[in-house]
Amino acid sequence: MDYAIAALIGLFITVGVYFLLSRSVIRMLLGVSVFGNAVNLLIFVGGRLTREVPPIVPPDLYQAEGAVANPLPQALVLTAIVIGFAMFSFLLVLAFRAYQSLDADNTDNMRLAEPVGGCRPPLSY
Amino acid sequence: MGPPIDVSIALVALAPFLAAVMAPIVQRFVGSAAGWILAVIPASIFLFLASFIEPVTHGEVVRASLSWVPIQQLSLSFLIDGLSLMFAMTISGIGTLIIIYAGAYLAGHEHQGRFLGFMMAFMGAMLGLVLADNMLALFTFWELTSVSSFMLIGFDHYRQAARRAATQALVITNFGGLALLFGAVLMHQLSGSWDMSAIRVGDLQLDAHPLYGLVLALFLIAAFTKSAQFPLHFWLPNAMEAPTPVSAFLHSATMVQAGVYLLARMSPVLGGTDMWTVLLMSFGGVTLLWGAFAALKQTDLKQMLAQTTIASLGLLVMLIGYGNEAAIAAMVVYFIAHAFYKAGFFMLAGVIDHEAGTREITALGGLARAMPVSFVAAVLAGIAMVGLPLTVAYLAKEEMYLALQYGGWNLVATVTMVLGNALLGAVGIAVAVKPFLGPKVETPKHAHEGPLGLIAGPAILGIAGVAVALPTDWFGHDVMVPAASAILGEQIESHLTLALNFTSPLLWLSIATWLLALGAFLVLSRARSALRRIDDTVGYSFDAAFDVFMFGLIRGAGALTRFLHHGRLEIYLVVVFTGMALALLVPLFSMNGLEALMPPEALGDWRAVISWPDLTSYEWVVVSIAVIGLVALVVAQNRLVAILSLGVQGVAVAMLFLLFGAPDLSFTQFMVEILSVVILTLVMTRLRLDERDHRPFEDALRDGTIALLCGFGVAATLMTIIAGNFDSSLADFFLETSVPIAHGHNIVNVILVDYRGFDTLGEIAVVMTAGLAILALIRGRRSVAGTTITPPRDPANSEGVKG
Repeated sequence: MDYAIAALIGLFITVGVYFLLSRSVIRMLLGVSVFGNAVNLLIFVGGRLTREVPPIVPPDLYQAEGAVANPLPQALVLTAIVIGFAMFSFLLVLAFRAYQSLDADNTDNMRLAEPVGGCRPPLSY
Repeated sequence: MGPPIDVSIALVALAPFLAAVMAPIVQRFVGSAAGWILAVIPASIFLFLASFIEPVTHGEVVRASLSWVPIQQLSLSFLIDGLSLMFAMTISGIGTLIIIYAGAYLAGHEHQGRFLGFMMAFMGAMLGLVLADNMLALFTFWELTSVSSFMLIGFDHYRQAARRAATQALVITNFGGLALLFGAVLMHQLSGSWDMSAIRVGDLQLDAHPLYGLVLALFLIAAFTKSAQFPLHFWLPNAMEAPTPVSAFLHSATMVQAGVYLLARMSPVLGGTDMWTVLLMSFGGVTLLWGAFAALKQTDLKQMLAQTTIASLGLLVMLIGYGNEAAIAAMVVYFIAHAFYKAGFFMLAGVIDHEAGTREITALGGLARAMPVSFVAAVLAGIAMVGLPLTVAYLAKEEMYLALQYGGWNLVATVTMVLGNALLGAVGIAVAVKPFLGPKVETPKHAHEGPLGLIAGPAILGIAGVAVALPTDWFGHDVMVPAASAILGEQIESHLTLALNFTSPLLWLSIATWLLALGAFLVLSRARSALRRIDDTVGYSFDAAFDVFMFGLIRGAGALTRFLHHGRLEIYLVVVFTGMALALLVPLFSMNGLEALMPPEALGDWRAVISWPDLTSYEWVVVSIAVIGLVALVVAQNRLVAILSLGVQGVAVAMLFLLFGAPDLSFTQFMVEILSVVILTLVMTRLRLDERDHRPFEDALRDGTIALLCGFGVAATLMTIIAGNFDSSLADFFLETSVPIAHGHNIVNVILVDYRGFDTLGEIAVVMTAGLAILALIRGRRSVAGTTITPPRDPANSEGVKG
């Protein structure tokens, strides 16, 4: 079952990278979201999959009994999801503002900081 | 008893640095009298070093070592033998006079404190350089002298010529510094020691080693750049852009001598071979004649002196290359004589400039009556430069010609030395006589004698040039012999004498030199115009070549930057993801990752390898939903479908979390996906965007290939990871200790708030920062456009999601 999920992650990465390589900022944003999901799943599967048993110790017990899911990747992924969302929101607003200020959604037209041809270094002392 | 010898020797190198920090403060309080006060430090270093003359004369070597980087067996080791003592005393002695001089020369300058600070820092670096025994310490101080020289040459930084000269000196001497570092590391590899004294006495047979040529070349590059040897000499005349105290101190008597010092220091290890002799003598000889002829061309006093400094450095290098006993003795004596008269001459050039308002030798004359003390000092320096009897320089010249005699009167060497000395003498006569005698010439300023601070230095140095030579036995035994013995590595005898022996060919050679010098002086102006005509016909200079080189470097760097940093985001990302695909796939193929997944012997029978995944029916449903979401995202025809597809794949991920025992993750993911879809819908419907992806087919093919390779690489790498053994010790630790020591039953939550609490704090900080940034972006827009938009939901809300 792990192998099937690994293959699914491959598909997620493919779609994420394909969207990130787009020139449209909004499509890149979709790529970020998909790519983030792929990486979260990657960490999750890297800690091995266990069906349906969450890492929770029953109230009257001192230790969990039997096989439970690996808690460490879950903690890492939980942090990653929240940060990923913060990042996504920020990028979304940034893209929106860039669209309003530069009237451009295409990265080829966003050359304010790095103008075409670059700048020439001064030839003097 | 004072502090232990270790500490006091280290203080010799470090005290000037402390003084450098104090200099601006002192200057603020006492004004230009700061020169007199700060001179106390080099003066006391000089006196302290003088106490070592006695033991060093008896062949003792004083060592001191401070632990530096103990792990690397590095120590800041210092060593005082005849050679380093001679250099250190010259530096601190002349340094004392220069600091006093600088106090008067820059009186009233708004940055005088800074200037004195740089000078003191340089002095510390230079003292450290000559006292250091450890090669890395030597390198560090070496570079510090380059840096402080840069600051001092560029002191008048508002002038482009000063900036150019400073940059040029830094580039060239740092190039040599790099060579020194490589050479030192190589030497360490070959000998196993960082300490030069250990290498000198060790049984390293370097001249038979195949790497000898490389080591020699590296050390020679270092020495030749620092000591301005042809063809890297041109930075030194340009360094005259610095205020005159700098020229007198750094660019005549001390810093440029660092290369000479290095060669002398290393001659027991590197010297004695044919390669050494030929290289040093030819480079030194060419430099001597080049500098001497170039000096004749100049009319600016400082330029004339700078060119003769190049010539003198060439002479010193030549003598070290000659390497016989008399040559080394001559090198030692000439170094001292040169330091006396050249520093004195430079200071006088500054006095004349200061008092008369010009340094052009053609615009000066008849100043003797107005500046009597300067005149006497100039005459003393002049007779030293010509090498007349009763001066240290005379002893040096006699010793030089003795070296020629020992060497069997090699014709080329003899002609080079006699001609070089004669031309230097001619320039010496010109600088000493022309401004002071003859008809009075009107100068821009009304000339009068300089203040005590300005004339003390040249006067003392002029007298010293004679006074030190008079007790010839003492000079030979206490000064020359220890230094020359330290260079040669064996005890030698002094045979210096001031007596004139008319039966000796040496004296007749000297007389020939003096007559030649006088002759050259008399035809100086004709020689100058002739040499300048030659220059004009050639029309090429090393100085101009430097500009071509530097601008070429800058243009090349600009072109490379524009090539790498072209500003097209799409190409950057293509590079990044191609790199990612390579990083994943290359190890996979080269380290047998794929064979581990799919053994080659089983390839024919794929059913044995690839079995139908053991997913339950509802798991298949979730996986299919994810696939459908992703495919729909790619083929979506309008943006609402795309956003919904994004939601579909996100929800599928959430369900996967739920199925595999992660309810917390699942809950958070659901929330995040729903919020994302809502916000995206709100924002995207406000934009008038292209509905579809309009990339050309070849771009789609390229991007698709890269994406597929990345996806395949990640999936295959993950499969090899899964196929390997799983180390569950960390997971077990959390499972076992969650309740007993953290008192929490939900282990994921315990990890987040307890075991990795700081991590969670960082996460919250990131979310808050993103929220603040979003707020700033929205506020900024309002003030610009004056319209309002619905702010996206504050991502900080998502904190609540985690519980």
